[in-house]
Amino acid sequence: MTSVGGVQYSKIAEIKGPLVIVDDVENAAFDELVEVETGEGERRLGKVLEVGNGKAIVQVFEGTTGLSVSGTSARFVGKVMEMPVSKEVLGRVFDGLGRPKDGLPDPIADKFLDINGAPMNPEQREYPKDFIQTGVSVIDGMITLVRGQKLPIFSGSGMSHNILAAQIARQATVVGTEEEFAVVFAAIGVQYSEAEYFRRTLEESGALKRSVLFLNLADDPAIERIITPRVALTVAEYMAFELGMHVLVILTDMTNYAEALREISAAREEVPGRKGYPGYLYTDLSTIYERAGKLNGKTGSVTQVPILSMPSDDITHPIPDLTGYITEGQIVLGRDLFRQGVYPPVNILMSLSRLMKDGIGEGRTRQDHGEISNQNYDAYSRAQEVRALAGIVGKAGLAEVDLKYMDVGDSFEKGFLTQALDENRNLEETLSLLWKVVSNLPRTELTKVKDKYVEQYYRGSDA
Amino acid sequence: MAAEGRIVWVSGPAVKADGMASAKMYETVIVGESKLIGEVIRLTGDVAFIQVYESTSGLKPGEPVVGTGNPLSVLLGPGIIGQIYDGIQRPLKALSEASGSYIGRGITTTPVDLTKKYHYTPSVKAGDQVQAGNIIGTVQETDLIDHSIMVPPDHKGGTISEVVPEGDYDLETDLVTLQDGSTLKMYHRWPVRKPRPYKTRYDPTVPLLTGQRVIDTFFPIAKGGTGSIPGAFGTGKTVTLHQIAKWADSQVVVYIGCGERGNEMTEVLVEFPHLKDPRTGKPLMDRTVLVANTSNMPVAAREASIYTGVTIAEYYRDMGKDVVLVADSTSRWAEALREMSGRLEEMPAEEGYPSYLASRLAEFYERAGRVRAAGSPDRDGSVTLVGAVSPSGGDFTEPVTTHTMRFIKTFWALDAKLAYSRHYPSINWMNSYSGYLADIAKWWGTNVSEDWLSLRGEAYGVLQREDTLKEIVRLLGPEALPDEEKIIMEVARMIKIGILQQNSFDDVDTYCSPEKQYRLLRLLVDFYNRGQQAIREGTSLAEIRALPIIGTLLKARMEVKDDEMEKLDEMDNMMKEQFRGAAEAKVRS
Repeated sequence: MTSVGGVQYSKIAEIKGPLVIVDDVENAAFDELVEVETGEGERRLGKVLEVGNGKAIVQVFEGTTGLSVSGTSARFVGKVMEMPVSKEVLGRVFDGLGRPKDGLPDPIADKFLDINGAPMNPEQREYPKDFIQTGVSVIDGMITLVRGQKLPIFSGSGMSHNILAAQIARQATVVGTEEEFAVVFAAIGVQYSEAEYFRRTLEESGALKRSVLFLNLADDPAIERIITPRVALTVAEYMAFELGMHVLVILTDMTNYAEALREISAAREEVPGRKGYPGYLYTDLSTIYERAGKLNGKTGSVTQVPILSMPSDDITHPIPDLTGYITEGQIVLGRDLFRQGVYPPVNILMSLSRLMKDGIGEGRTRQDHGEISNQNYDAYSRAQEVRALAGIVGKAGLAEVDLKYMDVGDSFEKGFLTQALDENRNLEETLSLLWKVVSNLPRTELTKVKDKYVEQYYRGSDA
Repeated sequence: MAAEGRIVWVSGPAVKADGMASAKMYETVIVGESKLIGEVIRLTGDVAFIQVYESTSGLKPGEPVVGTGNPLSVLLGPGIIGQIYDGIQRPLKALSEASGSYIGRGITTTPVDLTKKYHYTPSVKAGDQVQAGNIIGTVQETDLIDHSIMVPPDHKGGTISEVVPEGDYDLETDLVTLQDGSTLKMYHRWPVRKPRPYKTRYDPTVPLLTGQRVIDTFFPIAKGGTGSIPGAFGTGKTVTLHQIAKWADSQVVVYIGCGERGNEMTEVLVEFPHLKDPRTGKPLMDRTVLVANTSNMPVAAREASIYTGVTIAEYYRDMGKDVVLVADSTSRWAEALREMSGRLEEMPAEEGYPSYLASRLAEFYERAGRVRAAGSPDRDGSVTLVGAVSPSGGDFTEPVTTHTMRFIKTFWALDAKLAYSRHYPSINWMNSYSGYLADIAKWWGTNVSEDWLSLRGEAYGVLQREDTLKEIVRLLGPEALPDEEKIIMEVARMIKIGILQQNSFDDVDTYCSPEKQYRLLRLLVDFYNRGQQAIREGTSLAEIRALPIIGTLLKARMEVKDDEMEKLDEMDNMMKEQFRGAAEAKVRS
C-alpha cells in the first residue's frame, strides 16, 4: 500500500485519542487516505473524517502513540484507501490493513479497489437460494445456510464459536457442484491462538491455498480494526464477482470492531446512542454485512459468517441487536448447552435463518424439510417449557404427553444436536434424525406436518 | 435566482456551503463536481447546511454548490407502478444501466419513461371549466390500474380551449390547453414534504382485509387507518409486512424498504411478478411500487424515502383508489433523523434522537386517511399506513416505539418468545390492540355474518382466561386445574394453533378469505361450548382430548382451500357426532 504524490502538511493542531487534527489544509477531500509521518520517519496510514474551514480531522489506523505536534507531518494522498487485488492473493496472509504479513512481497495487482466498496443495487441482486450443506446437522436441518447469505454466530466469551466456524469452512459444499470456492478469514482483534487455530485447520484440510487471511490480532492497533473487515470484503468481492468464485467470509470478532468504532466516536465527542456506541452503528455495520450476496449475471457469491461475542451473553446488547437487524438470521450459542458439554451448543430457539425457506424443499433439499423443521422447533420449545415446569412441580405433576416432550428435549440434544468436530453428516441423515426426535411423540401432536409426510416418515409407537 | 455557493466543510452526509444567501429551506441543490443531489436543511447567514443523498467520499471544500430553486419533489404520472425507486425516486433499473451492479453517484434519470405512449381517453372538452384536482382523462397504466390524469392540486384552474382527441400520446404531450395558454400533461410534480390536499375526510369504517387471521379477525385495521408493527429482530416483521403487501385488498401497494436488507427488496422483486392477486388473478407487481433505500445506501436518502413513498400513495388515493403503504422500518428513518441532527449539533432528546422526532412521526401518520378527493368527479380513496418499528433490544419503551404508539390506532406487538417457539405471525394477542374494531364490525355483520363480533369476543375471552390460568399452571402444574378450566387451556391451544398461527410459506395457509376466517372461528368457539357442556355432563377432559376432530380442526387452515367451505361443514357435523358419541359412551358406562 505504498503511494506517491499528494500534498504534505505539517501544522498539527491537536492530537487526541486516535485523531490528528491538521491545520491550514487546502484541497483535502472527505474520506481521503492520509499518510502520517512521525518525527522518526515512521509512516502510518489514516483517513479524513471531516474537512473544512482549513482543518482536517484525520483518523490514524495504527494509533497516535509516539506522535508529536511539532515533529509530525501528514500527506494527503489524493485518493481513498485502496486494496491491490489479483488472483495471487490466494494463499497469502496480510495484516489488518492489507499489507503482506507472510514475509513475501506485495502481490502483483490486477486492480486497485476502493476498500469501502459501493452499495449493491437491489435491483441487480440475485435472490440467494442455493443450499449449502455444512455437514453440521443443526445448521442444515434447522438454520439452513444458503449461498450469498450473511449468517452470524452470536457467541459468548470462551464458547466454541471458532471451532464451529472452522468446521463450516472445512465442510461446506453445495451438493452436486464442482465450482471454485475460497475462504477469506479476517481476524479482528482476536488472540493469536484463535487465529492460529484457523490457519492450522485450513492448512490441515488443504484449504489454505484457496484462502486469504487478514490478521489484526489483539495486540495490534485497535483503530486498524475499522479497516480489516473492509479490505477482507474487497478481496472477497473481487474473487466472487470478477473471478467467479464462491467465497465464504469469516469475520471474527465483530464486537472488537464495534468497540474501535466507539473509540473514534468518543474521541470526536459525538452524541452517543445506546451504551456509548455511536448513533450510526447500525448504518456502519450494514456497510460491512450488506457486502454479502449474489449478483445477476455473475457466477460467484459472497457468503458471510461473522462471529461476535455478546458482552455478558446479552443478546439485547447494541452489537448483537443491530447485527441481528441487518443479517439474514443468526446462530446463537447457548451457555447452558456449552456447560453441559454439548457441541455444537446451538440454542435453536433463538436461532434463525431467514433465507432458509427458499433454500429448502422440493428440488433443493427435500419436500418435508420445512415442515419437519417447524415441528422440531415447536416440540423443542414445548420441551423447554415442560422442563421448567418439572423443575417446580416435579415429574409427578406432569401430564403424560408432557413426559413425552421431556424425551423429545433429550433426544434432540443428544441424538440430533450433538455431533463430533469432524463428523460430516449428509442431509438425509440430518432429516431422518429430525423425524426420529418427533417420533417420541404421539402422532396427534404432529400438527405442523402434513399427513402425507407423517405417513411416510413418522416412526412413533402409534405409526 | 438560483443560489451558487462553495463547499466549506464536509463530514459524512453533511455538507456546509457558503454564498448560499438566496437558497430556500428544503430546496434541492446540486453538490460538488460530481453533481450529487442534496437538500438544504438549515440556513445560517449565507451558510447552508445540506444533507447529501449520495456518498460524499472524495468531496472537497471549494467545490461548487448550485441551487435548483425547487423543493424535493416526485414526478407523478403513469409508469410509476411496477417500478423500484431509490429514496429520491430514481429508478434502480436506470441506475444499474448507468453504473452496473453497484449504485453509482451523480446519475440523473427520469422517474418514469417520458417517451412511453399511453392510450389517453379524454373526459373533458373545449369550453369546460377545470379546477385543481379535476380528472381530465384516463390512461391504462397496467392491467390492474386505470390511471386518472388529474389537474395538479396547486393549479389555479381555468377554461379549456383545446383537448387532444383520444389516442396514444407520450408523457410530454400537451393534452389539454387552457384559455390562458397554459397546458396540462400526463404528469405533474409535487413536493414530497407537503401533503396533497383533499376535500373532506371520513371515518374509516371498511376493514382492510389482509387474509391474515390474527389481523383481520382479532386486530383489524381499517382502510385509511394507521398501524404499527414493532418487534425485535427475528420476530417476523418483514414477513408480516410482505404478507400485507401481497394480500391486502387495496388497488395499489407502496412498499418502502427504508434502511433494511438488500435481499428483502430483491425478494419482493423476484416474487411479486409471479404471485397472483387473489381477487383479480393478475400479477401483484401490476399494483405495486417499491421504494428501496437499503441500510448501506446513503442515510439522507433514507430520510427522504418515507416522504417519496407517501406522496406517491396520496397521488393514487386522489384517483379514488385504496392504497396501502408499508414502511419497513420507521426506526431506520428515525435513525437517519438522529444522524443528521447530530451533525447539525442540535440538542438531543432521549437516546440521542432529536426533539422533533415525535412531531415528524405525527406528521407522517396523519397523511393516512379515507378522503373525498379534491376536484370533480367525486371519488373516494384511502391511504392506509403501516409502519414497522425496530426497537433496540426489543424494548418497547424506547423513543420510536413509544412516540409511534401515540399516533397509530392498530398495534401489532411482535413477541420474541412466540417467535422462538415458531408461533408465526408472532403477534402477541395480549399486548396488541385495534382501535377500529367497533368501526368495522358493521362491515363484517353485513358482508359475512351478524355474529362475527360476538364470536370474536368469545374466542378472545378464552385467550384472556388462559392468560390468567397460565400463571397458576406455572406455579402448581397443569394437574392443579379442574377439568372446566383445563378445557379453557385446551381450547386456547387450539385457537393458537388453528387460527392465530398462519404459515405464510404454505400455498393454502398464506391467504385466508374472510369467509374461511369466520368459519374457523365459529368451529372453534362451537368446540369450546360443546366441550364445556360435555364436561358439565360428566365427560372427562381426557375423553375430549382424544376426539379425532381436534387434529382435523387444527390442520383445517392448511388442508381446506378457500373454495372448499363444504369441508368445514363436514367438520362441523363430525364434531357434533363425536361429542354425541362421547356423551353416549358415558351413559353406557
